[in-house]
Amino acid sequence: MRIGLLIRLIVLAVLLVFLIHPDTFAGFFSLFTKPNQPPIYNQGSLLDITLNHLAIVLTATVASTLIAVGLAILVTRPFGAEFLPLSRSLANVGQTFPPVAVLALAVPMLGFGTAPTLVALFLYGLLPIFENTLTGLTNLPPAVTDAAKGVGMTGWQRLLKVELPLALPVILAGIRLSTVISLATATIGSTVAARTLGEVIIAGLTANNTAFVLQGGLIVGVLAVLIYDALSALERFLMARTGQLGRAAA
Amino acid sequence: MIEIDDITKTYGENTVVDRVSLVIDPGTICVIVGTSGSGKTTLMRMINKLVDQTSGAIRIDGEDIAGIPAYELRRRIGYAIQGHGLFPHRTVGQNIATVPKLLGWDKKRIADRVEELLTLFQLDPAQYRDRLPNELSGGQQQRVGVARALAAKPNILLMDEPYGALDPVIRAKAQEDLLAVQRQFETTIVLVTHDMEEAIHLGTKIAVMDKGQLLQHDVPQQIIANPATPFVAELIGSAERPFRLLSLGKVADHIEPGEVAGTPLDAGVTLRDAYAELLWSGRPALPVTRDGKVIGQVTLAQLARLAARPQ
Ligand SMILES: Nc1ncnc2c1ncn2[C@@H]1O[C@H](COP(=O)(O)OP(=O)(O)OP(=O)(O)O)[C@@H](O)[C@H]1O
Ligand SMILES: [Mg+2]
Repeated sequence: MRIGLLIRLIVLAVLLVFLIHPDTFAGFFSLFTKPNQPPIYNQGSLLDITLNHLAIVLTATVASTLIAVGLAILVTRPFGAEFLPLSRSLANVGQTFPPVAVLALAVPMLGFGTAPTLVALFLYGLLPIFENTLTGLTNLPPAVTDAAKGVGMTGWQRLLKVELPLALPVILAGIRLSTVISLATATIGSTVAARTLGEVIIAGLTANNTAFVLQGGLIVGVLAVLIYDALSALERFLMARTGQLGRAAA
Repeated sequence: MIEIDDITKTYGENTVVDRVSLVIDPGTICVIVGTSGSGKTTLMRMINKLVDQTSGAIRIDGEDIAGIPAYELRRRIGYAIQGHGLFPHRTVGQNIATVPKLLGWDKKRIADRVEELLTLFQLDPAQYRDRLPNELSGGQQQRVGVARALAAKPNILLMDEPYGALDPVIRAKAQEDLLAVQRQFETTIVLVTHDMEEAIHLGTKIAVMDKGQLLQHDVPQQIIANPATPFVAELIGSAERPFRLLSLGKVADHIEPGEVAGTPLDAGVTLRDAYAELLWSGRPALPVTRDGKVIGQVTLAQLARLAARPQ
């Protein structure tokens, strides 16, 4: 655990150094270039592109979370139960649609740039969060939900004080899945002129510069691993805090 | 007073509680016994509206509970759930404080109450208040479950097999505590148990259920002496009848004058325990003491008469 944390911190530090002073690594990346090719991406600041990439992913994931959790709460209330099957299939459709197709459909409506990418990531992020929130809210120990009623909590009090806190680790697992999927999928956004790390990869592919492709790919990969691990750790912490360690997460 | 008036609950084709009528007087303990699946829990949960009856009515102090909002009714009724049902994400203290908090008690009063209850149930507040339920043993969890039900000093307490996971020593102590609390606050208690011993010890009256029907509702003496059906007799256990009868009486009420030798018995013990002591000592009589002073004797012959079927 301690060693793992240390390795992750070192990886994070190396990533930051690379983003702020990419030239430090010029020697290493020149191993992958042909003569006269630049070893470091030179059509924009890697830091700016990375921050923009993260901002798009964050915006899309926050939006997915709000809508998916809200929807899951509605359909698990007595009055919303009849919409459960409908909402499930809607979220499924969002997932089965290829992201490229979403982009292709969104561009005529929203134009080129960030907007169609956001829409695609948003739709893509819905399902894991929605499914996990449903699982979390419906798989609570029956004795506990019974007790919540038995002590005289109202529907809202049960939701806020018992159901959501206990479901939180499972919901977070859904958010983690969504985030990592979005992080990777966002690279495709540069095909419709969104400013993401896909830009670096595509530049490398068109100029036949392996170093560029590596840089774009490595940044996305390292970010995905670090964010995944950080959210996993947060989940474990919450499981322990809510006295649920030992209960399997979905 | 709880009046259960011709109440029925069906799930589809299945009649789980079948036209049960029962009046539970204020300040008494009604113990419900019966085999597994006989509808005890279902009957109990209709009193706090966790289950809606198919037909019939339930009145508390004359008021039909159909007209009371469920959450309001439940805050007035303590409920110790089968299998404790503690909130896993809240500490022992927070669990116990649940209902007082819902009722808007002030902080100081809640903290005092939590401390008082933990002490009553032999859980050192300093050590246990801030633990999560999964850091307690099964028996400790059950006691916290009962403490949570008692927290807001409800007039009515529903307890579903509250002492199933307790060892005999702690169980006996918990029963005495419950009786003490019940007498002090004149709480009306409905308690489900599988343990006939517990039913006879705690029950002002015992209600025997089988297949959803109420077979008999009477004081323990009557249930033992005159079981209404063969099923009731079987539940009590015919071989146990004389001893169960003895366990209802105290030595204090059957002291005879005279001085004998032997290890003295306290006047507060049950006749059953006195009988066991007499048999074990091999003597026909033993001295009885109160506050350490000998006040008479209890005889084997007398106990044998008391254990015989009442005429
Ligand atoms: N929600 C439900 N839907 C359908 N059947 C139910 C439901 N709840 C209880 N039952 C059935 O009602 C019957 C009585 O159940 P109940 O829980 O009241 O029994 P019990 O006497 O408390 O048993 P135990 O001693 O095992 O706790 C059982 O046969 C059970 O299967
Ligand atoms: Mg039961």
